[in-house]
Amino acid sequence: MPDIDIRYVAKLARIELTDEEVDRFGAQLSALLEHVNALGELDVAPVAATAQVVESRNVMREDELRPCLDREVVLGEAPRRQGAFIRVPRILTE
Amino acid sequence: MSELLEGSAAEIARDVNARRLSASDVTEATLAHVRANDAEVGAYLLVLDDLARETARRVDQRIARGERLPLAGVPLAVKDNMCLAGARTTCASRILEGWTAPYTATAVARMLEAGCVPIGKTNLDEFAMGSSCENSALGVTRNPYDLERVPGGSSGGSAAAVAAREAAIGMGSDTGGSIREPGAFCNLIGFKPTYGRVSRYGLIAFASSLDQIGPLTRTVEDAALAYDAMAGHDPMDATSLAREVEPAATALREDLRGLRIGIVREFKLEPLGAAMKAVYEQAYRELEALGATLVDVSLPTADYGLATYYLIAPAECSSNLARFDGVRYGLQVDAGDVATMNSQTRAAGFGPEVKRRVLIGTYALSSGYYDAYYVRAQKARTLVARDFAQAFGACDLIACPATSCPPFTLGAKSDPYSMYLMDYYTIPMSLAGIPALSVPCGWVDEGVPLPIGLQLTAPHFAEPLLLGAAHAYERATQHARKHVPRTSAHA
Repeated sequence: MPDIDIRYVAKLARIELTDEEVDRFGAQLSALLEHVNALGELDVAPVAATAQVVESRNVMREDELRPCLDREVVLGEAPRRQGAFIRVPRILTE
Repeated sequence: MSELLEGSAAEIARDVNARRLSASDVTEATLAHVRANDAEVGAYLLVLDDLARETARRVDQRIARGERLPLAGVPLAVKDNMCLAGARTTCASRILEGWTAPYTATAVARMLEAGCVPIGKTNLDEFAMGSSCENSALGVTRNPYDLERVPGGSSGGSAAAVAAREAAIGMGSDTGGSIREPGAFCNLIGFKPTYGRVSRYGLIAFASSLDQIGPLTRTVEDAALAYDAMAGHDPMDATSLAREVEPAATALREDLRGLRIGIVREFKLEPLGAAMKAVYEQAYRELEALGATLVDVSLPTADYGLATYYLIAPAECSSNLARFDGVRYGLQVDAGDVATMNSQTRAAGFGPEVKRRVLIGTYALSSGYYDAYYVRAQKARTLVARDFAQAFGACDLIACPATSCPPFTLGAKSDPYSMYLMDYYTIPMSLAGIPALSVPCGWVDEGVPLPIGLQLTAPHFAEPLLLGAAHAYERATQHARKHVPRTSAHA
């Protein structure tokens, strides 16, 4: 069975897991990887990876000011704010 | 239940435009029915009484001024992963509970402009990840044709609402089958247009290269009207296509003469039970009886679709859902430093299925595994798309099952992989970005009659042909009309 370091992956994904979740998700994700390993049977060497499925191209526009959402409405949805700013816990420690 | 709620969207719009009926009357009848019926079904997370009444009044004013609206007064159910300004939008997740959308999704805005009246926001699997609606953190939705069973998912709330006559059109989103499977489970048309045909602006992203908005309706004509209203280029979505939309509502057919329909003989991974197989064999004969020529087609990599999808979709989901970090909206768990706050907020806010997919996606994209998993899956995706392109050299449409089983009982699938298998027949079309729909094609008896859906799929941009053919099939067979929902209001 593929071995996933589930605690490391959870740290990358910024999701705190309980010990019970580490065991349960670890087993479930290993089982899923067993199934997706079937892709190893396909010869993909001569194939390009899909970048898009239809006919889109890069879309550019002029860099100009346009109307946008009301600042008060948007800030009003933040869990914590201070004046015109969104407030977060300390990032740097001394 | 008021009789006028039995009408299709096309019939309601015709009567409202002709002023035989007002949008306000339709809205009041719908709201009364939702109040009486939805405690049993659980389709809606939020009912928008005030907004519905106000919108209906405006529709009636527009009609009084002489405007004609293609969907005048049609009650609309909006999946709760689409923004509607001023309404709470949750994605059925604790992490967004209480968040109010500051803007309206383009597809929703277009439906309202066409005359629809928004009745409410409907339940879904959290962030559209699931096939039964059971992954919702906010409520249980039941199948109106058997309340012990799931409505399908992830657009299960919109499907249940339309099946139960609590709306005439439901808006859904489909990433790997999330419109087509609930459509099949709830005796409806579930239609996913070509990728990029409908703007995703205001649809909260799950897997951006696969997500597509489409309608759930009780008739093909309604699906065509909804498609004509919502499709088209939107400068706010860079992946929406500039190509002009060919209208579908004027392309409905009465027979299938001259059409070659491909039958896929090699889906191996998820075999059909005998009862399901019999329904589909009968459906193929019905297509033939309508004048279609059946041809065998080959999709050699279709069996790898599931594995491909369960790498690509989680990979995209893991980066899309990084925005739910407790800073700008929704839930925030108090913690001393920012990384702990992020991790504890996401631990408390996401349900188990979302956590599983974010973890698998993070793993597939992580250093050392990226080429083996993600890049290989993107190459396999190219092969799946190539199979379809080749198959469409020999046929105009492809017919195959929408699901491998009828709607199952609540709680029946506890293992995640058995739930993933529910998307087996719908995933390949999503990977290829081609339009596909499910249309009712029969019933199987499991103590109660349960609806089954036939999946039809077409090349990119062939929506008029696809809907046109589905219309001929629906008209000739009338499978959907053989049974009615089994809620108390319908008894």
